Amino acid sequence: MRREDSLLEKIVKSSSSPWMDGSGTMSDVVISSRVRLARNLRDVEFPHRMDEKSSNAVMEKVFRAVSDVNARKAVSELTCIDLRDVSPLDRQVLVEKHLMSPQHAQSLPGRGLVTRPDERVSIMVNEEDHIRLQCLYSGLELDEAYITANGMDDLLDERLDFAYDDRSGFLTACPTNVGTGLRASVMVHLPALAIGDEVSRVLSAVNKVGLVIRGLYGEGTEGQGNVYQVSNQITLGQTEKEILENLSLIAKQVVAEEKRYRETLMKSRRSALEDRIFRAWGILSNARTMSSGEAVKLWSDVRLGVELELIDGLSVTHVNEILVISQPNFVMRAHGRTMSPEERDIARAELVRRHLATMKP
Amino acid sequence: MTCEECGKNPATVRFEQVINGKRTIMSLCAECAQKKGVFNVLFQPTFSINSLLSALLGSQMKGLPAPSAGEEETRCRICGMSYRDFARAGRLGCSRCYETFEDRLDPLLRRIHGSGRHMGKAPVKAGGAAKARRELEELRRQLSSAVAQEAYEKAAELRDRIKAVEAKIGRDEA
Repeated sequence: MRREDSLLEKIVKSSSSPWMDGSGTMSDVVISSRVRLARNLRDVEFPHRMDEKSSNAVMEKVFRAVSDVNARKAVSELTCIDLRDVSPLDRQVLVEKHLMSPQHAQSLPGRGLVTRPDERVSIMVNEEDHIRLQCLYSGLELDEAYITANGMDDLLDERLDFAYDDRSGFLTACPTNVGTGLRASVMVHLPALAIGDEVSRVLSAVNKVGLVIRGLYGEGTEGQGNVYQVSNQITLGQTEKEILENLSLIAKQVVAEEKRYRETLMKSRRSALEDRIFRAWGILSNARTMSSGEAVKLWSDVRLGVELELIDGLSVTHVNEILVISQPNFVMRAHGRTMSPEERDIARAELVRRHLATMKP
Repeated sequence: MTCEECGKNPATVRFEQVINGKRTIMSLCAECAQKKGVFNVLFQPTFSINSLLSALLGSQMKGLPAPSAGEEETRCRICGMSYRDFARAGRLGCSRCYETFEDRLDPLLRRIHGSGRHMGKAPVKAGGAAKARRELEELRRQLSSAVAQEAYEKAAELRDRIKAVEAKIGRDEA
């Protein structure tokens, strides 16, 4: 029990996660790659139809399978968390750290989370499907993320009876996920395209080839910090390999376009660009009150500065942490209490200031 | 981005409206979005994939006669869900529903995915035959692309592998 508590405690208090450490391919534009597999137990009602008793039973079954996987010591140890034991505030922080979805944070019985210290693997138990297995890697590393997810899927498949039929594949609560149950997504940072007012052109092209675009925290957050998530829409009729290859191919095109704009900006408007970046830097490291929207906006400029090597001595990890620090629930968690938006803005400015003071360019 | 309505708060809601085919898109803060009374931003967005799907299914259901009194609707024997329930919720009740409503789901799956047949991974327990069939499909695809690229040496090698897999399936099913 104590170990579970300490891992959760560690996660909700830490502003960094391995998936944003700036490693991996094309990490100057691609923040992270995510692979998610949806799985369900055969002939058991899907979560939206379950009562407390049956949802508890599913959670127990999944947790038992996970501890059996742990016992084999083939992969690094996973921790099972019953979300009833987690405060609403901590649940929100887990959402802000991309370990689970906003829907999963709602307090319904029988919801669980499985994760491990490096936060690369997480399993939501009883979200829309019984199992939502996610792997999150820094940079454009879809293959790496899929290999991990696939391995974990095999280990669970050996211990649980997954709902599957030859025709429709893995069966899911929503028919939009059926088949592979695979949703792969790439989180990209497109500040130069945003400055050039070209984001919508690029994204509508991406849309036309059947990929979906969402914002930093899903639908409705498009454009925050110039961060976009591109993911596959179709899950049936294509192999996992095809889905990943398509997405990777398109992501590379988007990266190339963003880089082209960065080069143009550096050539033709370098001083204006530098001014913008260092102003953002100045505000982030000096402001006394700051909304999360402003922090994320300034973060985008500073990250561009680091990516273009205009700001020295600052690591991408360090800059990315600002993104987590800026989130409302993380701020409140750091202070151990709920706060009004005004109080939060003051606390946020202070957290960001202190974070940046530990490393000066 | 700041809210286009009040010009003060940061915009966190993208508000899209279509009136008589004319589309307007606005970026609003949570407060102004709420004032517009369109949806409650403090809760889960009501515009979800399930509600869309439900709308899609709703139109499909309209063409069907309502079950007359005494007539039993087909219900899933595991979870008791009817197709009408599915049309309302946008989500199925359990994995068995796919079999129960197969006839009606098939066109829907084609509409969503453009295909009705799984080509991806099979669980280990699904048995060797399912896996082999999938492998066969993949090899055949590779073969046609090898032929298209005039890579005949590779094509010959693929043909041998296809034969071997076909023989294996034949043995398993015999």
